[in-house]
Amino acid sequence: MEENKNFTVSVYTENNIGILNRISAIFLKRHINIESMTVSKSEIEHVHRFTFVVEVPETLIRKVVGQLEKQIEVIRAFYHTEDEIIYHETALFKIASTHLYDEKIQDKLKFRRAHIIAITERYFVIEASGLKEDINRMYEKLKPFGLLQFVRSGRIAITRPKMAISELLAEIN
Amino acid sequence: METLKKEVREENIEKKIKISGAEAVIKCLLEEGVDLAYGYPGGAIMPVYDEIYKYKDKLHHVLTRHEQGAVHAAQGFARVTGKPGIVFATSGPGATNLVTGIADAQIDSTPLVCITGQVGSHLLGSDAFQETDIVGISTPVTKWNYQITKANEIPEVIAKAFYIAKSGRPGPVLIDITKDAQFEEFDFSYKKCEKIRSYKAVPKLNIDKVKEAAELINNAKKPFIVWGQGVIIGGAEEEFKKFIEKTDIPSASTALGLSALATKHPLNVGMVGMHGNYAPNVLTNQCDVLIAIGMRFDDRVTGNLETYAKQAKVIHFDIDPAEIDKNVKTDIAVIADVKESLVEVMKYIDNNEHKEWMQEFHKLYEIERKAVINDQLNPTKVGLTMGEVLNGINNETKGDAIIVSDVGQHQMFACRYADFIKTRSSVTSGGLGTMGFALPASIGAKMGAPDREVVAIIGDGGYQMTCNELGTVLQTKVPVKIVVLNNSYLGMVRQWQELFFDKRYASTEMISPNFVKLAEAYDIEAVRVSKREDLAKAIKTMIASKKSYFMEVVIEQEDNVFPMIPTGASVSDIRLS
Repeated sequence: MEENKNFTVSVYTENNIGILNRISAIFLKRHINIESMTVSKSEIEHVHRFTFVVEVPETLIRKVVGQLEKQIEVIRAFYHTEDEIIYHETALFKIASTHLYDEKIQDKLKFRRAHIIAITERYFVIEASGLKEDINRMYEKLKPFGLLQFVRSGRIAITRPKMAISELLAEIN
Repeated sequence: METLKKEVREENIEKKIKISGAEAVIKCLLEEGVDLAYGYPGGAIMPVYDEIYKYKDKLHHVLTRHEQGAVHAAQGFARVTGKPGIVFATSGPGATNLVTGIADAQIDSTPLVCITGQVGSHLLGSDAFQETDIVGISTPVTKWNYQITKANEIPEVIAKAFYIAKSGRPGPVLIDITKDAQFEEFDFSYKKCEKIRSYKAVPKLNIDKVKEAAELINNAKKPFIVWGQGVIIGGAEEEFKKFIEKTDIPSASTALGLSALATKHPLNVGMVGMHGNYAPNVLTNQCDVLIAIGMRFDDRVTGNLETYAKQAKVIHFDIDPAEIDKNVKTDIAVIADVKESLVEVMKYIDNNEHKEWMQEFHKLYEIERKAVINDQLNPTKVGLTMGEVLNGINNETKGDAIIVSDVGQHQMFACRYADFIKTRSSVTSGGLGTMGFALPASIGAKMGAPDREVVAIIGDGGYQMTCNELGTVLQTKVPVKIVVLNNSYLGMVRQWQELFFDKRYASTEMISPNFVKLAEAYDIEAVRVSKREDLAKAIKTMIASKKSYFMEVVIEQEDNVFPMIPTGASVSDIRLS
């Protein structure tokens, strides 16, 4: 059996209703769990970018990307290994204000990409960003203080290899 | 004068007229050259049907007895003409009843444009009467789909729909139009779609790959071709024939590729796959170069992939990049339009001869003939065989008929024994295996090819899934010939139960109505044949009839289809009994 690996899949699409459904159906049909997903505008006007993280064998992700590219409104799709990308995730932690002046929590915030972004009488909010492992570590550190809420974003990634979408569109137009 | 005419034409195209969305739908279809559609009316599509009424001189609408029948009829039409089949249905159950046919068209690459009505846009998401999310439901089984909520979207979206359905690897599209968009008036103008920036219909041919492929073909000692429906869809039958004749390569068809090359062509070595011919299956695992043309290595073709053609270099010609390396690892992929690829590869290939290698096919054919084919075509047992019915039809039509088959044992007999001399003559549900396909598909096939004989071959099970379409035959008087091969079982499942489930015949025995009376109730001349001596004459009468005709043939009850590659076995382990 070929081993599972983490892959980041970037899909450039037209900005149309229903495209998410069409893309997720391709994962669903092959019984693939999407670990994280981010949708946003891309560097090109009117072109959207989906970023998925999945853990599958490489032969499977290659086929999935082929099926993704086949969709009419998908411009291009790519998959990348962890060392081919620069990526980031963000998390928000809501904690009761009673802990605000706790030295131990101040200590945790020394982690270089964590800071307090809101303070009220009842709670405060810490934002942390970094690699998946950084967020995991932060989560473990803050958990003892009682998390009122925790949320983390999907992965956003910039690839080291060129994706050349603008050139592709220019060629078609 | 020419310039003036052109200007006038352009002015007409540009000239905007205010019409309703519903009328625009019909005008768009007319612009695309459509003159025939299938469907079933209902609340949410009524404005469109009102226009169908007004435009009945230009657009002929066939009312089927169920929406599934409408899609299958449109598929039959599309498969024999190469043009998109057109289907109308209402929202809710009308739309969901299309799904099986759309899924069938998707997996068999059949171009369809399906137009469904939808509840008014203000009601979307309110669980209104007959509201269903058909765009959501049909997404995984359409090449493209879209919901229109504004009339002014109609021309552009329908133009795109036709372009997408027909181009590249064809497929079904579904356009869902809210009722308010059908009523809304807008300035109509139509322009055909020629490109979509995110969609590359035909990949650019890579000449280097063509040269590499040619070199491999030129040096092969035991080359073998498996072709699929791509040859037919790409209109490359002539180029394909020239290619195999120049290289003298034995060639076998997939089930859907049948009729692209005449059955009796000396290089045609039969059909590959689970119930295909012995020689091409066995020799798949002996060839040195396997050349796949417009086919997708379906599991019913390859058997166990771990033991499929492992000794061979594989060349794959296909228009769809996603098919390359999907199931079988390819050494050389030529990704482009098949006709263009074959024309190009012809420039680099040598005249060749493979007589000794061809002898291998002949030897194995003899084994199959003695073990299987003889007993089918010249049976000595009392009960009639499906093979001899097909043979009887061949004798009468001389191979010049369109054979529309359903799904099951009879389908495999039709694929194995029907004689084809012209392309687009075999219409069957391949990838999806949709029982109930053949009767409605034969209606569409006959309407698409009115000058040709159309014979539907159906089992007693599949027939009863869509025999309501006899009503469509009655109303349209479409002269299809319907042959039901009745063995009083769901034969293919029964065969598997016999071979792999110790003859536990769970729910496969079938008690059927009097099929002759049923056909007669629909005013269709009908006959039941149960004796060998009556068969030839009955077939002659049926084929000679200018009207629709029904023939039931009572078949030996527990006959099996052989050869057979059991599930999970290798192609070379194909069983003869």
